[in-house]
Amino acid sequence: MKVLLSWLREFAPFEGDPAALGDEMSDLGMAVESMERIGEGLDGIVAARVLDLRSHPKADRIQLVDVDAGDGEALQICCGAFNMAVGDVVPLATLGTTMPDGLEIARRKLRGEWSNGMLCSGRELRLGDDHEGILVLPEGTAPGTPVTDALGLQADVLWDLEINPNRPDAMSVAGVARDLAARVGVPFALPAPRVDEVGADAAGRCSVELVDPDLCGRFLARVLDGVAVGSSPAWMQQRLTLLGMRPVNSVVDVSNYVMLELGQPNHTYDLDRVPGGRLRVRWARPGERITTLDDVERELAEGDGVIADGEDRPIGIAGVMGGASTEIGPDTTAVLLEMAWWDPMTIARSSRRLGLRSEASMRFERGADPEAVERAALRFAELLGADGATLAPGSVDVRGALPSRAPVRVRTSRVNLLLGTELAVDDVRGAIEPIGFACEPVADDLDVVVPSWRYDTATETDVIEEVARHVGYAALPTRRPTSPVTGSLSERQRLRRRLRSLLAGLGLSEAMPSPLLAPEDLARVGAPTPPVLLTNPMAAEESALRTSLRPGLLGALAHNAAHQITGVRLFELGTVFLPPLPGAGPLPAEPEHLAVVLGGEDAHAAAGVLDVLVEALAVPGVDLVTDEVPGLHPTRCARIEVAGQGVGWVGELDPDVLAAAGVGERAGWLEVDLDRLLAQPHGERSYRRVSRFPASDVDLAFAVDEGTSAVAVERTVATAAGDLLESVALFDVYRGAGVGDGRRSLAYRLRFRADDRTLTDAEVAEARAAVIDAVTSTHPAELRG
Amino acid sequence: MITEDLRRFEVDALGRLRAAADLDELRSVEAEVSGKRSPLAEAKRALGGLDPEARKEAGRAVNEVRQALQAAADARRAELEGAARRATLEAERLDLSEHPRRRSGHLHLVTQARDHLEDVFVGMGFTVAEGPQVETDFYNFEALNLPAAHPARGMWDTLYVDLGEPGTVLLRTHTSPVQIRVMQATEPPIYSVMPGRVYRRDTADASHTPVFHQIEGLVVDRGISFADLGGTLEAFTTAYFGRDIRSRLRPSYFPFTEPSAEYDITCVFCRGDGCRSCGGTGWLELGGCGMVHPNVFAAVGYDPEEWTGFAFGFGIDRMTAQRHGVDDLRELFSNDARFLEQF
Repeated sequence: MKVLLSWLREFAPFEGDPAALGDEMSDLGMAVESMERIGEGLDGIVAARVLDLRSHPKADRIQLVDVDAGDGEALQICCGAFNMAVGDVVPLATLGTTMPDGLEIARRKLRGEWSNGMLCSGRELRLGDDHEGILVLPEGTAPGTPVTDALGLQADVLWDLEINPNRPDAMSVAGVARDLAARVGVPFALPAPRVDEVGADAAGRCSVELVDPDLCGRFLARVLDGVAVGSSPAWMQQRLTLLGMRPVNSVVDVSNYVMLELGQPNHTYDLDRVPGGRLRVRWARPGERITTLDDVERELAEGDGVIADGEDRPIGIAGVMGGASTEIGPDTTAVLLEMAWWDPMTIARSSRRLGLRSEASMRFERGADPEAVERAALRFAELLGADGATLAPGSVDVRGALPSRAPVRVRTSRVNLLLGTELAVDDVRGAIEPIGFACEPVADDLDVVVPSWRYDTATETDVIEEVARHVGYAALPTRRPTSPVTGSLSERQRLRRRLRSLLAGLGLSEAMPSPLLAPEDLARVGAPTPPVLLTNPMAAEESALRTSLRPGLLGALAHNAAHQITGVRLFELGTVFLPPLPGAGPLPAEPEHLAVVLGGEDAHAAAGVLDVLVEALAVPGVDLVTDEVPGLHPTRCARIEVAGQGVGWVGELDPDVLAAAGVGERAGWLEVDLDRLLAQPHGERSYRRVSRFPASDVDLAFAVDEGTSAVAVERTVATAAGDLLESVALFDVYRGAGVGDGRRSLAYRLRFRADDRTLTDAEVAEARAAVIDAVTSTHPAELRG
Repeated sequence: MITEDLRRFEVDALGRLRAAADLDELRSVEAEVSGKRSPLAEAKRALGGLDPEARKEAGRAVNEVRQALQAAADARRAELEGAARRATLEAERLDLSEHPRRRSGHLHLVTQARDHLEDVFVGMGFTVAEGPQVETDFYNFEALNLPAAHPARGMWDTLYVDLGEPGTVLLRTHTSPVQIRVMQATEPPIYSVMPGRVYRRDTADASHTPVFHQIEGLVVDRGISFADLGGTLEAFTTAYFGRDIRSRLRPSYFPFTEPSAEYDITCVFCRGDGCRSCGGTGWLELGGCGMVHPNVFAAVGYDPEEWTGFAFGFGIDRMTAQRHGVDDLRELFSNDARFLEQF
């Protein structure tokens, strides 16, 4: 909502620094988005008559304009606009002028032609946003007249305010003035329009049948005669332009002016085109059609409201847009004026459904003021009266369902509890009475009648917010509550941090790919399908929820590869989304996954990262089961099992998948379902005394079939070695001569130690024999010499 | 008394010991000069034939020679051993500037900011709560005083998910549904922050991404007021942004809070003087906040006469991007190593 200082001053005598007034408006919740001083810095800009228009010999986008700036001489100007004609009077910034934006006008040559000044657009004069062409001044303006005189410009201030949805009152100049006047302590008054009523009574010339009272809270109809559609006065056009509306004609401009000034949207019908002057207000019937003012035929739906004529044909969409059939035209003389109050929810729905958001619908959907309609009609007549239109006496005024105006009990204690204040009942009253809340004291509390322009306000808390606003948020006390809760992170939150710092310590950086992707992205990397789909995605590439972290990290690798960055090592800790299991409710499962991609490294490197994680989490007994899964390298891949439960996969990405993504190097891969992993016992770290006795090391090498995993052999070794085993490690893997085809040699170093004694050779030999026996009898393996 | 022979022997022996070229030579010279056939041994043997007075004097002389030889041998040994050690170590000299560079990994900028935010709030006595990213209409809207067809729903462009009844399951548009889940799961007092990933139906540009991160705070207790909200945000602001950064509240509107406020902080670039980043105002808009709306309490079965509370929330990504001068939010999620490794 834009407001002008001069317009605000028509309702209250605001004085002082405009910046300070702006601060007050911001503090009242009408945030100043911009403030502009207008009508200043226009010295040196004068009216000039266009004498001749010629094309520039060397430039298409510039024309040569000869103007008379008051001395009768032709002055050549180069101009980039083409909207004026010979005889038009336009603003000329003469040589030596400093424009409002600081530009200094000097004599200069453009493509070989002299320009002796600059013709100005409305925006260059800070008179609105119009930069389409040169501003054409009113006919009859004498050349040489200062442009400020020609336009009747006075120095003014224009604010652009951000108005919250709960401030229907602030959608008008008068409403902003009321709020600001209360804050700065100056009297506020709405001037009474001066209108003479003449002619035949409106009541006999039009009628309104309110068929559906839940649609329309109030419908006031009045009639104006002697209307001659022309153009509105310059001052009105200028105000409309500054507030962001384009002047159209005298009737439309007055309609918009009244809306901006008083917040009451209104509509005009050509009375002669409404059969019998009869209007019916009702819900639309699905499929009903209407051609609106913009000449678009629209289909109405259930929930839209319409104004129909006496033959029940829709001639307007309630609160959204009028119909073409009754539009005011050049031959209009009698106008039926509609001032109505529409159900806000209806207008919100209708305007959204039809894609017709307008200044009117914005006001109706916040809730207009049902008691403002008479004043608005009189103001309309007063303004149009300057053009010779007259207001017929009498009116048609029907009422439907309006919000309750029952008093709201506002407890002073509740005000103080919510705001942390120590206000007395009179302080509360003093905060809200100036903005029209009528207060009746009841002991220490108040019965408050909410003004009709505050549709948003209905409860005690709503009123308390108004108290806070007018006391001033900056003036409210602050205090720090003492939390009785012990601040802490959950175990999972601490664990995540631990995993992240471990992985970063291993040289991996954290990636954050989007969880939204194309279903094909998942299929392409062998991730589980079908995924959960979006019903209204912005794009197909963002239409599914990931079921795996693989597409995202592969995409990250591909992005880097495309920029010649290889060897990128990344991890991600994030949620994947799996379709809900039957009977599990509508929400997907959201397990938390941890994934690692190691550009340029192999499956062993990925398994090494897993080792570190397993140790950090103290997960006992992790098995790597050789297996294949789509998307991973078929012969360099293992399922990670804990207690027989699959919790993830480790290996390398499938070379074909990498190649298809444009990644020209191997990539180690690890993905773990943390929820599943952490559902297994983990984190148990019981202390075992550190032995002071010497160790005995035994090296054993077995030739083992390729089909048997090294982890399985190691597990057998550990079990068979008994309590004296301190550690076992695979220290060498050998394939080749002496081992045999389809086998490899796995060499383990076993370290034995007792807590309480030095081991004897016999004890160690016994354990060694037990290990050999167990491995060779359990697995297709034999001891190597 | 010392004989001329012994004196000559001593001079000669000392010279040979000192000139020994290596430890082997030193050992053989030592053996020779102190051996049984050396003049020193002979002189010692000859002591027995002297009278007591002369023996005492000659014995001292022999002893002095012996000690001198020993000292010379020890000194030379130390010299030679030192040289040998230096030679060995010199052979393994390393130029440390030649070492292969190891790179640390980097936590994502959003993670770093989130951890820091969590730490500040934990220090202020808050727990950290989380909730699902796919939510029902009830948690994302209805329970937050946004019944179906509420015009303010237009404030959030929502992505819906093809689950359940059409239009009832969605990607949460804010972290506020976690408030509802926390209140349903526990009784007051509640002092929690809720960080997480949220979604909007939005085209990505320099200042918007459809997937981003927020942190939300909720306090519910007896006697909690707007003053507590202001004080908490003030304390947080100073703790997180630094001593000279203040907070302020301005009236605003959110369906789930009343009174509602915008939460601004002193511009972190110009410290309040006004600059391009803050549009000359000296303030940066951070987020929204307010007193929990009675209808929200009603949705979770809290009695608004017994409990009052406040909530606040703001975006993590934009705040941290701004702080680090990242002028395009899309960079945060490009996963470009050149970006990730800067932080």
